[in-house]
Amino acid sequence: MSDPTDTNGTSGTSGTNSAAGAAGSAEVGHGEGASGRHVRVVLVDDHRMFRTGVQAEIGQTEQTGVEVVGEAADVDQAVTVITATRPEVVLLDVHLPGGGGVEVLRRCAALMSDAEQPVRFLALSVSDAAEDVIGVIRGGARGYVTKTITGTDLVASVFRVQEGDAVFSPRLAGFVLDAFASTDAPPVDEDLDRLTQREREVLRLIARGYAYKEIAKQLFISVKTVESHVSAVLRKLQLSNRHELTRWATARRLV
Amino acid sequence: MPEAATTPLVEPRPPRKLYRSSDGRWLGGVARGLAGHLGLPVVWVRLVFVGLFMADGLGALLYAAFWFFVPLGVGGVGDQKPPSLVATETAPDGRRRLVARRPDKGQIVALLLMVVVAMVFVGNVNLGSGAKAYLLPAVLVGAGVALVWRQADNARRARWVEVGRRRRTLTLLRAGAGVLLVTAGVSGIFVLQGSAAHLGSVLQAALAVLVGITLLAGPYLVRMTQDLSEERLMRIRAQERAEVAAHVHDSVLHTLTLIQRNAENAGEVRRLARAQERDLRTWLYKPEGTGKDEEDEPTTVADAVRRSAAEVEDKHGVPIEVVVVGDCPLDDRVGAQMQAAREAMVNAAKYGGEGGAVQVYAEVEGRTVFVSVRDRGPGFDLDSIPADRMGVRESIIGRMERHGGTARLRAVPGGGTEVELEMERAEKTS
Repeated sequence: MSDPTDTNGTSGTSGTNSAAGAAGSAEVGHGEGASGRHVRVVLVDDHRMFRTGVQAEIGQTEQTGVEVVGEAADVDQAVTVITATRPEVVLLDVHLPGGGGVEVLRRCAALMSDAEQPVRFLALSVSDAAEDVIGVIRGGARGYVTKTITGTDLVASVFRVQEGDAVFSPRLAGFVLDAFASTDAPPVDEDLDRLTQREREVLRLIARGYAYKEIAKQLFISVKTVESHVSAVLRKLQLSNRHELTRWATARRLV
Repeated sequence: MPEAATTPLVEPRPPRKLYRSSDGRWLGGVARGLAGHLGLPVVWVRLVFVGLFMADGLGALLYAAFWFFVPLGVGGVGDQKPPSLVATETAPDGRRRLVARRPDKGQIVALLLMVVVAMVFVGNVNLGSGAKAYLLPAVLVGAGVALVWRQADNARRARWVEVGRRRRTLTLLRAGAGVLLVTAGVSGIFVLQGSAAHLGSVLQAALAVLVGITLLAGPYLVRMTQDLSEERLMRIRAQERAEVAAHVHDSVLHTLTLIQRNAENAGEVRRLARAQERDLRTWLYKPEGTGKDEEDEPTTVADAVRRSAAEVEDKHGVPIEVVVVGDCPLDDRVGAQMQAAREAMVNAAKYGGEGGAVQVYAEVEGRTVFVSVRDRGPGFDLDSIPADRMGVRESIIGRMERHGGTARLRAVPGGGTEVELEMERAEKTS
């Protein structure tokens, strides 16, 4: 029982934090091996306790490279804060008063497609219901992680999203596979509506709990290729507004 | 105290109240109700009614009175089933078990019989020659009233039995027919009275009064029905809330209490929290009617995998993350695969649980069911396991091969072991 205590939860994070702090107190910014990366983040969640918790876990800018520049508790507040602070990444809860995470995404659509400095969204939710997850992804979120994620993983995900990559949790991969499951009938638009064999393989491995690095090793491809596959899947998911996804959602009474 | 427990057995309903019997009745269930109340055979009661009927129709009047005043209930004659009935009496204690049913042969026969007897009776009874002309309209009115009253009867029964919405058209039809019959009968009487000339003006006046009443009472009626439906809605909501509250109270608070007591034991706390989270999640996010409270055996792959994972997780205190894609019903072969998967989960939890959560992935694609169980433990070499250890060889590999599937164990890049189970579904299903 001692091992799990060390590997996850707050104690684990504080352990690494103090270790990093002790080792690298002279050279601030080198911590986490992030090569001095820095990302500005806004937290959107209606539970203050949770915001505080996340802030405590990832907010030590010197160690994690993450700077929380704003917080919001509902949709209106979120839009105001995001517009004012222009963060690089927004950690977005799915269930929010005022219309939910999807509404925030809708009202921030212009910021997302900004060429200069795009705002990217990472959904962070306690809900693992398919309609919530697929909903925010289709709304434009770049990834989706559940709130059980560890601090270290969350920081890694934030950086990945900042770089323009998609972050797929195993569960999200499962939902996507499910959404595209019965695509044996020839779709109208091949490129858009169908996952390639390779993309499917990658998704399967994600669903099986593999990390990107491990997938690359398994399929004898580079991590970059894995990332591009995942991004392609995400794009298809966001664009594919007909056929399977609609049918799938209708069958589950999600739309 | 012991006496109190035995007396109700002798006398099931201490304050005996007369009800009309709703099951196995021929007409209004009066005879059956009475028979049950008096403890007599139904046939006797029916004969008495028929006999009384011969006495200038007294029986019919009596019967009608009973029908009118005695509420419909369940029960009546318990164990004596009249032979002509389609057996619907479910149990000796059929009080609660009310069955919605169509009129059976007995009812139709009884109705026909009644009509014949009534005609004979009318033929025999000597009324004044003038009065005889009123007979037809009177019968019409009677039939209409009977139809509408039967209606009320049924509506009442429907409230217990919760008959579906399809019945609504039938209900309206019957009400309409009843009103029509009564109107025809009443108009007939008017005509016979020789006031046919005034019929038009009378009808006009009646219509005017009706319209006036509607205008006056209409808003109140509308308001009333709205209030009623609103109230019903509120009640449903309150019920739902109560259910949620009960659930939260039962499980969540209980778990929190346990966690407070076991605060020093991190493993136990984590186990409790995970079990509770899973439970609540299922309860919240699962659609209605998909086994929120069901304890029975799983019937589909997704269900079986999730349940096995939950059980193993609880037992071994290692988090297991489950992702299921697609679903299909269980058959013998897939059932065996599920057992093998469970064994793999147990192994992963036991030997690989230190490295973090165990990942379980199940996919149903076409006829193939694939399950992968991976851990991030120290790894596992099948050849290094002594031959007498049957866990993996028998429970997983052997079991899969016996049922025509395959099992592969392999080391995963990045550390840990992965068990892959693949099985073709049996032909006959789906």
